[in-house]
Amino acid sequence: MPSTLPPSTARRMAPLAIRACTATSAVGPGREALAQALRDGRSGLRRNDFGEGATDAARLDCWIGRVDGLETLELPASLMPWDSRNNRLAWLALAQDGMREAIEDAIARFGAERVAVIVGTSTSSIGSTEQAYTALEDGEFAEEFARPHVHTPHSLGEFVQQATGIRGPCITVATACSSSAKVFAQAARMIDAGLADAALVGGVDTLCGSVLFGFNSLQLVSGEPCRPFDASRNGLSLGEAGGFALLERANGGDTGLQLCGYGESSDAHHMSSPHPEGLGARLAMRDALARAGIDADEVGYLNLHGTATPANDSIEAAAVASLFPDALHASSTKGWTGHTLGAAGIVESTIALIALERGELPGTLGSSTPDPACGPQVRFAPQRADIRYAMNNSFGFGGNNCSLVFGRA
Amino acid sequence: MSSLQARIEGIGFWTRGLPSWATAREYALNGTQPTDAPTRPSPQLLPANERRRAPETVAIALEVAMAACEAAAREPASLPSVFASTHGELSITDYMCATLATDPRALSPTKFHNSVHNAAAGYWTIGTGAMQPANAISAYTASFAQGLIEALTQLHADSDAVLLVAYDGQHAGPLAAMAPSEGLLGGALVLSRHGAGPTLHARLVPASTHPAATGALARYASANAMAPMLPLFDVLARGEGTAVLPAGAAHDLLVEVSP
Repeated sequence: MPSTLPPSTARRMAPLAIRACTATSAVGPGREALAQALRDGRSGLRRNDFGEGATDAARLDCWIGRVDGLETLELPASLMPWDSRNNRLAWLALAQDGMREAIEDAIARFGAERVAVIVGTSTSSIGSTEQAYTALEDGEFAEEFARPHVHTPHSLGEFVQQATGIRGPCITVATACSSSAKVFAQAARMIDAGLADAALVGGVDTLCGSVLFGFNSLQLVSGEPCRPFDASRNGLSLGEAGGFALLERANGGDTGLQLCGYGESSDAHHMSSPHPEGLGARLAMRDALARAGIDADEVGYLNLHGTATPANDSIEAAAVASLFPDALHASSTKGWTGHTLGAAGIVESTIALIALERGELPGTLGSSTPDPACGPQVRFAPQRADIRYAMNNSFGFGGNNCSLVFGRA
Repeated sequence: MSSLQARIEGIGFWTRGLPSWATAREYALNGTQPTDAPTRPSPQLLPANERRRAPETVAIALEVAMAACEAAAREPASLPSVFASTHGELSITDYMCATLATDPRALSPTKFHNSVHNAAAGYWTIGTGAMQPANAISAYTASFAQGLIEALTQLHADSDAVLLVAYDGQHAGPLAAMAPSEGLLGGALVLSRHGAGPTLHARLVPASTHPAATGALARYASANAMAPMLPLFDVLARGEGTAVLPAGAAHDLLVEVSP
């Protein structure tokens, strides 16, 4: 691996204020449940019990991060055209941590048409499309499933727009597992260009047959709870999650959390295997630091992509070791939530923000035997430390990478 | 409302019967069509065996993207890219759902990784060796306008040039009634801050009701889900003019092209 990358051409960005931020995952709804689970080392993973009516034999023998209560959650009548497991989770996530109030406040200050919705997902509402195919009537969708705006990737963006009253540009980003990290970058550009004054970003992905049996077909799913960066790791655990953050231009007197930088890249290597030298990952981290205008040694916490597949973790650890000093505290939190795919960016950004806000840096749950191939930056034990900057890595199929830097004003 | 601008350095276009920007432009201006148009794009970027097997939407995206880069005389690997598609590859969505309903453990790993919305972006970056960022978005009828906005804001931020690729394919299976889209349609633009070519200005304006587009290309491929981009390509064929593109609940994107 070359020891130095070419210098970044990314221009330093003006930081954006994060007025509100929330994540709902298998450990519970909202940021407090997430912080508490991180503190207690309590995993949200359970034996696969997903799929109503399925027999145990029909289910994959694996562990999942499932969000409770979605089956019985009822959307308001006006939102029923968009009803799906994924949009129900979006609705649940929007109800946490003052997110609705923050959105209403932004609409009041800027006008609904000056607020954008930019949300990420990998499979959107495809779970509803799968259900429709199990109940076809004469080869056609039964009436209860015949809702066109659910069976398309933009189901999520449109639902969030309908559910919030936001009327500005509305986009669904779908770059697999980097989706809800890239939304921060796209929002930063849109606000910078003056097309919006604020942006609701985030992402939602839910468990469905496509991802469970799809990742299984690639032999990437572990039969046990995932063990990121452990020498004996043997695959990922899938999870579902949703989360949001409200971004706007930072003011001089701000004291809160900020998005300071983003970096994006492509591996240009393979659809479902990472670049062997982690070159794409390194470019994304390099550009995120450059846009934030900071050096690598200023980062106090890095939430790793850390899926617990044999290939991802050793390559990511080597990429991190090539850029950061040994003192960096880096960890994967997939042992709490599972790999939440298109929602991983927002969930793990929220964890990075919790680390910034409270000085509680999570370890790597479920892992006990360090892989000698992974550097000293990867930590299994939690730590308390007052930090200035925190970073999040999210990498996806197609070799699609995104790194984000967060800070405190 | 601020206006974004770019130079249009290169254009790529493909639909059945009009398999290049040159033939599409000829059709838009004079109504003539080639008689020997291929039924499927054959992107040279893919090895011959993959060229036949690749999903149609991947094939058309790669075809128009490469054509736009060639027209712009830009090295593809040097460009960040934005891929916009309303539905992605509907034949794969149909395959996934049909297989899951009958024999989920038989799901093909290749079909699964090709099912991601950023499949075309992935094949493009792999085929060209582009390590630049690639985005993949959907915004229903606003997919093209929002893809164009994302490309223009990348230029406004810190990119010198950017590739925009928009495409949709043929509907498939029982999903067809929910996600209708006919044929195969793709368009691509290489946009730059300071390059050669016509100038494009774009700004958000209040949404209006859209009468059916009357341009030759807009009528030719009106049943494809990416048809909302066609009024701009009709303007590009003339070399100047104004197109109004749906951009969401409250907005249209007003795009002015001047030589």
